[in-house]
Amino acid sequence: MITELSAIIESILFTSDTALSTDRISELLSEFQRNEIKAALAEIVSFYQERGGGFELVEVAGGWQFRTRTPFHTYISRHIKTRSAKFSQSALETLAIIAYRQPVTRAEIEHLRGVDCGGVLKTLLEKHLVRILGKKDIPGRPLIYGTSKEFLEVFGLKDLKSLPTLKEIQALDAVPRYERQEELQLEPERVVPVEGDLPFE
Amino acid sequence: MTADHQSHGDENLSLLDGFNKQYSIHIDKFEGPMDLLLHLVKKNEMDIYDISISVITRQYLEFIKFMKDLNLEVAGDFLVMAATLLQIKSTQLLPLDDQEDIEAEEVDPRDELVRRLLEYQQFKEAGMVIGARALLGREVFQRSAVEPFMAASQSVEGPLEVSLFELVDAFRVLLQKIPVESFHDVSPGDSLSIADCINEILSLLQDQEMIEFEQLVRDEFTRERVIVSFLAILELCRLKLIKIFQAEQLGSIWFLPAVTKDLSEVEFV
Repeated sequence: MITELSAIIESILFTSDTALSTDRISELLSEFQRNEIKAALAEIVSFYQERGGGFELVEVAGGWQFRTRTPFHTYISRHIKTRSAKFSQSALETLAIIAYRQPVTRAEIEHLRGVDCGGVLKTLLEKHLVRILGKKDIPGRPLIYGTSKEFLEVFGLKDLKSLPTLKEIQALDAVPRYERQEELQLEPERVVPVEGDLPFE
Repeated sequence: MTADHQSHGDENLSLLDGFNKQYSIHIDKFEGPMDLLLHLVKKNEMDIYDISISVITRQYLEFIKFMKDLNLEVAGDFLVMAATLLQIKSTQLLPLDDQEDIEAEEVDPRDELVRRLLEYQQFKEAGMVIGARALLGREVFQRSAVEPFMAASQSVEGPLEVSLFELVDAFRVLLQKIPVESFHDVSPGDSLSIADCINEILSLLQDQEMIEFEQLVRDEFTRERVIVSFLAILELCRLKLIKIFQAEQLGSIWFLPAVTKDLSEVEFV
């Protein structure tokens, strides 16, 4: 059994088709204390986790929302026809640069990627994943870009801080690279053809 | 020296043959010069901090040539990188002055490129990490499962604020609705002024909290009326007297007073 407050919040979240922030919930339920509401939300989250059903309560883009659990997407898509395509590598790279470097200008993105990003940026703007934050106070007054609330919603992120840090991402990559180096040292015969491939060394 | 160079060159060519064949399939996979460079570094199992510029440059130029052979348009970005590589290579070949010798040991012409490659690699990986997340509308669904992008822009708390472009779009939709046949007599002296229209809107706003744009032009649905009303709204918006809303994307335009109180005190002519 869950508490009455949890049941009330659950009923509100059930009817909402958008994520509701803790602020919004405490505004709606002004007769309850904010920390009571927070505790109730945590209770609902663990309730659904223990139940292990088809959906769960998650915190996205600073709000709370019921979302289906990932293992069932193939079954859901039999019922719901989705249009959302996979993101291209260039779109993801551009999004990553904007997410980690915002506020960022188009020229800065293009310098990092080494290619023109006009088309990708336009698509991301159209999908509302990226938004124009303003203009930078440098000659030419270029537009500066940042990620939107929709970006957090689509990628299921609580906030920007919940993105893995660039150091963590580097650490993920560092392990196989180290292993590969050791392998080469142990088996010298493998090194030989590689050296043959480097004619000017 | 020449013979030695030649034999190495041949070896390199045979290497590139395989290289070409391999890439005829994957050619569209490169996201740009940085991606290609990173790939070449990895393919040759080079240490990113100690890149052999000559090998990389040769393979890089060969790749560009190959793209041209396939009649693919080589983006200018690829050529910029080619020039950068050649510049680094020529800097390495130049004999150093005695004085510069000591300094040059510390400044490697490859440093800038390595820094950019590492930075690019970081964001490429970050992009893959982001892309590996469960996406709303693909792996994860929300209740009522509306189009995820559309659902995100709708708010339960009321109408959404529109940008100028959406406003102009809605206006264009409305203009298209105007029947072409609606001719009417032109009586000089009876033309509609924006000031009249502004006053009309303001008096309407005193009775009603919110007005739909179409309501303004319903009685007299002509091109002139619509345009004048639209200009009046823009003017009122510029004066920060009204707020403009749309209930949905490409929906009808609604507006309400920005400051309800002081409205009657302001004069317009």
